[in-house]
Amino acid sequence: MDGSQIRKALSLMDERGSGEGSGYVVYGAFPEFRDYYAIHVFFDNIHLTKPAVDEVLSSWGAVRHEEEVPTYDTGKIKKVHTPYRYFFKPDPSLMPRSATPGDDIVTQIVMKINTTIPGALVYSSGKNVAVFKASGWPEEVADFYRIEDYEGYIWLGHNRYPTNTPGWWGGAHPFNLLDWSVVHNGEITSYGTNMRYIESFGYTCTMFTDTEVVAYLFDLLIRQHNLPPEIAVRALAPPFWDEIERMPEKERLLNTALRLTYGPAMMNGPFAIVVASQDGIVGFTDRIKLRPLVTGTNGDRLYISSEEAAIRTYDPDVTGIEMPRAGEPVIGRVIA
Amino acid sequence: MKTVRIDAQGLHYTPLNTMIREAVAGGATEIVIDHVMGQRFIADGLKGNATLVINGVPGGDLGMFMSGPTCVVNGNCEHAPGNTMDEGTIVIHGSAGDAVAHSMRGGRVLVRDSIGYRGGIHMKQYDSKRPQLIIGGCARAYLGEYMAGGEILVLGTGCRETVTERGLGSGIHGGAIFVRGEVDEWYLGVGARKAPLTGTDREDIESMVREFSRWFGTDADALLKEPYTKIVPSSARPFANKYTWE
Repeated sequence: MDGSQIRKALSLMDERGSGEGSGYVVYGAFPEFRDYYAIHVFFDNIHLTKPAVDEVLSSWGAVRHEEEVPTYDTGKIKKVHTPYRYFFKPDPSLMPRSATPGDDIVTQIVMKINTTIPGALVYSSGKNVAVFKASGWPEEVADFYRIEDYEGYIWLGHNRYPTNTPGWWGGAHPFNLLDWSVVHNGEITSYGTNMRYIESFGYTCTMFTDTEVVAYLFDLLIRQHNLPPEIAVRALAPPFWDEIERMPEKERLLNTALRLTYGPAMMNGPFAIVVASQDGIVGFTDRIKLRPLVTGTNGDRLYISSEEAAIRTYDPDVTGIEMPRAGEPVIGRVIA
Repeated sequence: MKTVRIDAQGLHYTPLNTMIREAVAGGATEIVIDHVMGQRFIADGLKGNATLVINGVPGGDLGMFMSGPTCVVNGNCEHAPGNTMDEGTIVIHGSAGDAVAHSMRGGRVLVRDSIGYRGGIHMKQYDSKRPQLIIGGCARAYLGEYMAGGEILVLGTGCRETVTERGLGSGIHGGAIFVRGEVDEWYLGVGARKAPLTGTDREDIESMVREFSRWFGTDADALLKEPYTKIVPSSARPFANKYTWE
């Protein structure tokens, strides 16, 4: 799938945004560099800050290829940052005690650049993954990067209406870390608790917005703690205690243990979220359903959106339009 | 009867609504709108008694503040059709999203299939205005949340159980919710209780079922043989102590 359909589908929901931030992510973007971490950086002034980023990268591994991300002047988007990407291979011998040295090194690099190099922001760091985001309307951002030139097997798109923090390129969704990309509608009112929890595991929140924490929570729960996605979502949006009390014993014990173990990871507030990794996508809402979420299928394709009309715009032949229950994940697994 | 056809393909809702208003001003009694796809606010604030036939999936807030017209949707609806509608009818040959009939103050919304969360939230009534929301399928959690008036009827056709989610009538302080079949106490929201049906209730249910069947061709007599459960506020002012001081 190239990016032209998601551009159309997302633009249909322009009403949901304010033109201050839109973005896309595609999985499968760089087949020729599929084994390299595609580290995307927004530079404020590339000549001043790039040497510092190069130095961090070269101290942890080798860059196979690097390039400025192609952008196209449409007169609609002011290019306040220079998007740039490196295809990077970390040196696993530098993290000898880790089971996932590559991922751990790249996580560390992302946190280090984002907290210590002013004027550089890593906004995409997964293998074979590319995030495209900027301040603008969905169609403007799509045209700025010409996302129709990219092919992939998973696409996410997001149209932002910033309410609590300013609109800026880094604050546009999707938020990405390694393999994880997150798009989110709503507010995570438990952000403070979640942020303190996730920072105790070595993550650092740098993007001035609540959604970032979701990417890190998924990385922690699924990559580091090995929870299956169903259980991870259950930990983040758990059933109410009075519902747990009514469950059969085994289920009750599991849910009680999850709530007790992951209490500070539980997300409160209104949200509808879709998380992607190279293995698939997961969509879920808060447990009292304060934000919309609709799904559709067509053969082996799964669509998740805020609006049915967007799904039908992407794929007029879609069938099986459904509304998932609050707090219950809809999971699409990559099968080929 | 004067019919006007509008092709809404790729049209933003502002020019679309302008065309609808012009058609009504020109004396149209039926306006057929084709290729509707996500346009919000269709027929908002529209007055008169024209019938709009909407082919496609209209966006949120269909018929908001509408006063009089009838909207027949051949497709599903997104969020809040009938939001604060004053008078008129919305008929949905499909399903609808969250907050259907949000704050509706008069008229009727009829949905052939199921609806999302918080159907009938904040519905109200005043004097002779008594809005009705009739749902053929089932409704998700928090149906009739903060409801202050009017009536909701859930027929539960095609559902294993009509009510399977929490918060039914949560915060209700006026009006009534009728559900076909039994309702487990556990599903009742804060401030809601079950009550026996009165003669007037049965008349209201009958008129709603017949109206529903008239639009969707269902068997009204069969539906009327079924038992119904009524949900009302637990007292005249269930939240008097929560928000006010004497």
